[in-house]
Amino acid sequence: MRAPAPKWAYELNDATLDAARAAIPQGLVNAFAHVGEIQLHVHRDHLIAALTALRDTPGLEYQQLMDIAGVDYPDRGEERFEVVYCMLSLTRNHRLHVHVTASEDTPVPSVTAMWPVAGWYEREVYDMYGVLFAGNQDLRRILTDYGFRGHPQRKDFPLSGFVEMRYSEEAKRVMYEPVKLAQDFRTFDFTSPWEGAEYVLPGDEKGAALPQAKGAPSPVTADQVRKADDAQSDKRPADAPSEPYAKEDANSSAETGAGKPHPNDTPKPADPDVIPGKGGQNQ
Amino acid sequence: MTGIPVIDVADPNVDPAVARTVGALDGAHDTQGDVAIQNYTINFGPQHPAAHGVLRLVMELDGEIVERIDPHVGLLHRGTEKFIEYKTYLQSIPYFDRLDYCSPMCMEHSYVLAIEKLLDLEVPIRAQYLRVFFAELTRIKNHMLNLGSHVMDVGAMTPNLWLFELREDCMNFYERASGARMHANYFRPGGVRQDVPLKLLTDIAEWLDSRLPRLFEDAISLVADNRIFKQRNVDIAVVSRDDAIRWGFSGPMIRAAGIPWDLRKQQPYDVYAKMDFEVPVGTRGDCYDRFMVRVEEVRQSARIMKQCLAEMPEGPTASFDRKVVPPKRGEMKQSMEALIHHFKLYTEGYHVPAGEVYVATESPKGEFGVYLISDGSNKPYRCKIRPTAFSHLQAMDFMSRGHMLADTTAILGAMDIVFGECDR
Repeated sequence: MRAPAPKWAYELNDATLDAARAAIPQGLVNAFAHVGEIQLHVHRDHLIAALTALRDTPGLEYQQLMDIAGVDYPDRGEERFEVVYCMLSLTRNHRLHVHVTASEDTPVPSVTAMWPVAGWYEREVYDMYGVLFAGNQDLRRILTDYGFRGHPQRKDFPLSGFVEMRYSEEAKRVMYEPVKLAQDFRTFDFTSPWEGAEYVLPGDEKGAALPQAKGAPSPVTADQVRKADDAQSDKRPADAPSEPYAKEDANSSAETGAGKPHPNDTPKPADPDVIPGKGGQNQ
Repeated sequence: MTGIPVIDVADPNVDPAVARTVGALDGAHDTQGDVAIQNYTINFGPQHPAAHGVLRLVMELDGEIVERIDPHVGLLHRGTEKFIEYKTYLQSIPYFDRLDYCSPMCMEHSYVLAIEKLLDLEVPIRAQYLRVFFAELTRIKNHMLNLGSHVMDVGAMTPNLWLFELREDCMNFYERASGARMHANYFRPGGVRQDVPLKLLTDIAEWLDSRLPRLFEDAISLVADNRIFKQRNVDIAVVSRDDAIRWGFSGPMIRAAGIPWDLRKQQPYDVYAKMDFEVPVGTRGDCYDRFMVRVEEVRQSARIMKQCLAEMPEGPTASFDRKVVPPKRGEMKQSMEALIHHFKLYTEGYHVPAGEVYVATESPKGEFGVYLISDGSNKPYRCKIRPTAFSHLQAMDFMSRGHMLADTTAILGAMDIVFGECDR
């Protein structure tokens, strides 16, 4: 890995995947390492058993639940939500993510009995996405306003929301009204239409090719980029050029921004009709 | 006193509720019209100077003893995560400054590292040093505010004023590096925005040698061994190691509980692996330990900054990958290619290959994580921010239970909560 991201025990990934497959007997849908991070996809009904195994099995020991993230994939149909549990092992210095899917009316079992910290995280996922957690005793909204309606992080919830609030001088209280935008909501789509197409040329489908450069649109995933980078890292040149657009000669003015004199830029002959002033153009 | 039956309150057979009632009706308070109140509920905040922002605590009290606390957060919710889904990767960085506005650059740090991890982008060594250097300056800046206000919450005024002086210095250094006193927007995926002038580095070096230790040690010497300060903090809100783990603590909170866990040491990012520093650990897990852990962290941060100054090499301060890092203005005036890059990066932005990463750094308040999902486009598909305050503030209930009302301000001050980050 070239990026200076936090270096935890990545070398344990393979062993952890094997151990997790062995420790979670039921409901493990998928398990893989992607961009160096382990993702376990578990069926909802077996979530508690899986997390208990991850926490208590020697050799896994994920003691801490650092975060629960909700994600919305509206294209997936009914089971559109994904709930991601970010786990941390203090003893093995390793991180891992457990994913479960959920729909609007299929509750996910709550893990508050295992980690009391899950209480607020689950409330947040409920507030933002409307995912229900069975067993959470206190599943109130947490971040949105008292009496808020809707689940704002869903992809079909508009950025501007539905209501806006103001203090009404007549009513002497805060009032909610439907959003009135003074100008149209502006979204700019700068993605150029011809770059959105697939970049792979016929015959090039195989192999984890790097995109032309980092940041260019590419069908390659982050994991493939990383693997290709790791494969290349031995044979790449020692140092990148220090000035990518620099001219070859030493007198380059690339830093200053001053242009080069034009080749025909010889002193002009004096115009007899012009009498030069004393100062600059303001004289 | 003749009408009231004599009940021995200390008798274990007596129902505690009866004992309390009898105790309330006891002796000197026995006047006409008295009502025996057991528990009552009060509101702490949302506008309260000791709440460190817009926090509303619904407290259930028995006399002055806290029985239950229900923190209501979200009063500063601005939908940052939603906004980020609608902006390009570069446009989102200023939102991170506004999360924990007491330590802005540390917030940016997690985000830029997450993008770099998805891109697998190399960062020049000087840029890594500069980031570590400013992350540690940010830590000092954050702790100046927290230590000062914690001290003020329990009754001392002077140290806060002195520490604010130092915080002001940090803000001035921020301004000289980035142009902004608070919302720096200085870190970039691939490096930092611009190099710092040499004079700034020499000025910070002088500040680290003279002004910081003098003012800081003076201020801390007023409270560290102070009897009143200790009475207000020692043995208040003791958190055991197991509780710290179960409640997802991180940063000074988990270290004060006795677990030497520092992401800068355990999971080093940028050039932290080269830095030589100590991780302070508490022994009792009370408010005083949390305070002293932060005090020692300031000294260690100064040590890291001095190492950075000594070792920082010359060189570029941002990646030369022109598909991610825009060219300098000077180049743009000369090269057509640079002009195209500049235009594309500031309109469409760069595309991040599809994937998901969770990157957590040691922010001054604890583990600040960014769970970033990219779908290969120029905007994040999802950016979940893991705030440090969520797990700490949630533990407020069990930490304050059985303590006095006045202790809640000490507990809250030792947690170091900032609501920009908590509510997002």
